[in-house]
Amino acid sequence: MVLKGLSEAAGVAGDEKDVRNLILDRICDLARTEIDALGNLIAFKGKGTGKPRVMLAAHMDEVGLILSRVERNGLLRFKKVGGIDDRILPSQPVRVGPGKVPGVIGAGPVHLQKPEAQRAVFKTEDLYVDIGARTREEAEQVIKLGDYISFVTAYQEFGDGLARGKAFDDRVGCTALMEILEKDYDFPVYAVFTVQEEVGLRGAGTAAFRINPDLALVVEATTCADTPETEEHGEATRLGQGPAVSLMDATSIADRRIVRHLVELADKNGIPIQYRRATAGGNDSGRIHLTRTGVPTASLSVPCRYLHSPVCVISLRDLEYTIQLLGLFLDSIQKGGFRL
Amino acid sequence: MNDLIGELTQIHGPSGNEEWVREAIRALIEPHANQVWTDALGNLIASAGREGGTRVMLSAHMDEVGVMVTHVDEEGFLRFDRVGSINPYFLPGRRVVFANGTVGTIGTERLDSIKDLEVSRLFIDIGARNRSSALEKVRVGDLATFWGPVHNMGDTILAKSLDDRIGCAVLVQTLKELQETPNLVFFVFTVQEEVGIRGARTAAYGLDPEVGIAVDVTATGDTPKARRLEVSVGKGVAVKIKDRSVMTHPAVKKLLVDAAEEQGIPYQFEVLEFGGTDAGAIHLTREGVPSGVLSIPVRYVHSPSEMASLEDAENCVRLLKQVLSRPIRLD
Repeated sequence: MVLKGLSEAAGVAGDEKDVRNLILDRICDLARTEIDALGNLIAFKGKGTGKPRVMLAAHMDEVGLILSRVERNGLLRFKKVGGIDDRILPSQPVRVGPGKVPGVIGAGPVHLQKPEAQRAVFKTEDLYVDIGARTREEAEQVIKLGDYISFVTAYQEFGDGLARGKAFDDRVGCTALMEILEKDYDFPVYAVFTVQEEVGLRGAGTAAFRINPDLALVVEATTCADTPETEEHGEATRLGQGPAVSLMDATSIADRRIVRHLVELADKNGIPIQYRRATAGGNDSGRIHLTRTGVPTASLSVPCRYLHSPVCVISLRDLEYTIQLLGLFLDSIQKGGFRL
Repeated sequence: MNDLIGELTQIHGPSGNEEWVREAIRALIEPHANQVWTDALGNLIASAGREGGTRVMLSAHMDEVGVMVTHVDEEGFLRFDRVGSINPYFLPGRRVVFANGTVGTIGTERLDSIKDLEVSRLFIDIGARNRSSALEKVRVGDLATFWGPVHNMGDTILAKSLDDRIGCAVLVQTLKELQETPNLVFFVFTVQEEVGIRGARTAAYGLDPEVGIAVDVTATGDTPKARRLEVSVGKGVAVKIKDRSVMTHPAVKKLLVDAAEEQGIPYQFEVLEFGGTDAGAIHLTREGVPSGVLSIPVRYVHSPSEMASLEDAENCVRLLKQVLSRPIRLD
């Protein structure tokens, strides 16, 4: 299962190398590949001169931490990379730096906290990573300032076709893109595994500039707020109800022609599909659609509970349906069944 | 010009759904332009003037703020989100209209305090008895805009969406009245300004202009106990000095002010601490484009009842014609 390996690999924004190598290993025989200046992995498939030029994008990076200071007693201070809720950090097992040094996020123990402190949330600056070093010198033998720190979560399938693990945002998208490279196309398809989405949609912009596509589809993991405290109209998506197609978020308004086509394709082929019913957040579409003279762009997402936490939950059927729909979308372009 | 402004304000065109505004404007400008085309994001572009002349981009945005349906409940009420920035306090009790003509009114959940008012506690009632009859008229993802018919009160016009249909009208009228220009002028009617100045960015990239001038509306400080702002309705077109998105290039400011003074056109300076316009995107395009903004002062922006002065709009047309009448050289 490719998702397991991708999920367990470390790839905090700016440090996507491990994930990129994993993907590259699997696809280098399937497509022509190149890595651009920012580290995006671009896989090309199909006929170079055909129309339309299609760009598919999924980001390789995940949220995580970066080492900002080594204390005299060997404990490591850190900053967040991407959007992380402070409340989920304490007691998380982590890996530090290229050496994958095991550590744990610590805070003052409960016994020594004043009652009012126990009610407050630990702030990032009050937390540290403990790698078992007793002094700064000892720590610096295995880690360096600026090392990335990532969560450690074993991928596991559970429940009725669900999976839990870290970084499903957006390794599910990477999984889907790798799948579609198995087939061939009579028009140019660029599957782009982007960098630095979580810190501001950065890789997608430069990749899109290079590719100059006629249309683009972003494959993502998106918020699934279907838990009991959310009212029905506040749910962004629902787990197990199929891929979610976005209408609008903070960074883009989806191209209606692509949205309509995706929904029609799903309906015709008995694939469940839902609209993403939230307008907050953003993804690579935000950059891609504004590239050069503009690119009609939409996004298709796998609903994911507990996004940006060390343990996310998805439905594998949702992922399967997303891959199917993506395949149908490309087939329909191939057969001339979709034009802008 | 009164009729033109009024007519344009009544067309449905929330961000991302500008097609009806685009078709109406296309019909108006086609007879007067060298060439008219639409780009990948839906910007409408008309060229006029002389090949080889200074490349000037004029821009006014077609889109207006609105609301988007995010959920339809069992009883047929619609939950929604805002498209563009709308003060939630402007929403309760307002009527909104969908593209297919469906009308609804915005209701509120029971609130213990008016301070609890937020968009997630509001809903649209289209008079449907249940979910399935609501879905016959409206679907998730559909957009509605304020219902705000036109009232003319002498020089004053009151309507929804003067932001920025009044700017679109200024561009249309300028193109119509422009006899001849030694410049190569692109009249650009942009999309998605209200959600982040998006259309202007890709249009400017494609056109690669040497000068950019956005025509948009600006807030005013001429109402009781308003935020301090030296802009008033009816005191002339406003030459923007700055807002959050752009500092008007000094040479462009001089170009606009000189033209106004030569013709005795009333103008005022606008220093805005908030807001942004298409010029914010245009001036950062490629290697940079000296840009500025002409603003029509409008009261109650982003409400169903925006108010402006016709004379300010007419003065804006005169000013643009004067600017375009001779070769533009920035120094």
